[in-house]
Amino acid sequence: MSRPEPATSPADEEAYADFMSRAYTMELEAIERYAQFADALETHNNREVAQLFRKLSEIESLHAKRILAEMRWPSLPALPAAYAWDGVEGPETAPFDAVHYLMQPYHALEIALRCEVQAQKYYEDIAAGAAPRRVKLAAKEMAAEEAEHVALIQEWMKKVPQPAPGWDEDPDPPRMND
Amino acid sequence: MNAPLASPALAAKDFKSDYKPVWCPGCGDYSVLTAVTKALAMLNLRPENVAVVSGIGCSSRIPAYTTCYGFHGVHGRSLPAATGLKVARPDLTVLVASGDGDGYSIGGNHFLHACRRNVDLTYIVMDNHVYGMTKGQPSPTTEPDWSSKLAPRGTGVREFHPLVIALASGANFIARGFSGDPNGVAGLIAEAVRHPGFSFVEVLSPCVTFRPEQRAWKEAARPAPVAATDDPARAARRLMTDDGFNIGVLYKGNRPAYAGLPAAATHSTADLERGFQLQEH
Repeated sequence: MSRPEPATSPADEEAYADFMSRAYTMELEAIERYAQFADALETHNNREVAQLFRKLSEIESLHAKRILAEMRWPSLPALPAAYAWDGVEGPETAPFDAVHYLMQPYHALEIALRCEVQAQKYYEDIAAGAAPRRVKLAAKEMAAEEAEHVALIQEWMKKVPQPAPGWDEDPDPPRMND
Repeated sequence: MNAPLASPALAAKDFKSDYKPVWCPGCGDYSVLTAVTKALAMLNLRPENVAVVSGIGCSSRIPAYTTCYGFHGVHGRSLPAATGLKVARPDLTVLVASGDGDGYSIGGNHFLHACRRNVDLTYIVMDNHVYGMTKGQPSPTTEPDWSSKLAPRGTGVREFHPLVIALASGANFIARGFSGDPNGVAGLIAEAVRHPGFSFVEVLSPCVTFRPEQRAWKEAARPAPVAATDDPARAARRLMTDDGFNIGVLYKGNRPAYAGLPAAATHSTADLERGFQLQEH
């Protein structure tokens, strides 16, 4: 990410800092959620998917580090506990109930794809909106990055087997009440 | 360089222990754990000043997953333990975690009296309308027509209405959250902790294993159409007539929290022990 042109006013500067704080928060939420999924799947001995979620969490960590480097914050930015998003959580955060203990790598990538598409749309909307020029430029750049991630995940999905019908059938199920 | 925004001294992750939850992947309780840790960070608390007390059940595993003091107690008895702790150590922030089985059935009686006593506690009940840990028996909040192998054609018994019961019993703060919105639940918990007296936060927390149909709750849950009231009669009418999916703070009462006994009436531990000593004849 190249550093966009300098702000033209303190208000623009503030809007840009807020935008980047939100972007950073989005990444933190995604990092945490993928790590939670990895822990949950690991606990349930679905190691392959756990490993994949761990990797996704690490990839998001790289994005977060890039934002920190870009902003040159002297220390970790002090963020509010929660931003008000359009949805209940950040656009790049998968919902808690997206996972299943028998899920396969393809499912995990489907989740990641949905998150990246949402993130891309989030940035595109800002870039097309009425934000200060500096924010719009940064949003456009981030939307392009998210589009790259979407393409990468789509390619990744071609390399893993699609789940067969009945993938969630467990010969020794926890539920006895069907 | 851009100035950072204002923030809590500790982050939510500082309230999470190294123990990994054993809940089923997709369980709403993961979200509640996240919400609890976010709320504690929002409140600028420190783990050593917070105690999390629980009973038995999936939800009651929460204390181990936090870095706060924890007490994983007896089935249905989280509230008596928490009450004793808060009365003895009023300086601590005491959260109580429970589920619909532990809290409304085995611990139902304690629920009524905890509301009545109005000790300054925050009671978080993760309600999934089923006994998940013991493989899917109907709980007090299970719908009467929910049919399963363990309850063919359903129980036929009407559900317990925890929020109405809490109001009638004297709870000073009543809210309902949905685990699909962890940030929203964090806000409710933080507000509940700040409110004096007994605060009750019911969190709809789907059981994806035994009640997979509860994934649809995300379509049903929506913000309550009206602001919280401090009028119990108005709150009662609202709670009696809502469909169980209005989310937010629903009642904020003005009752003073239980303040303990007057100093003159307290006794030292030694005094109490002397009272129980057998007399030699």
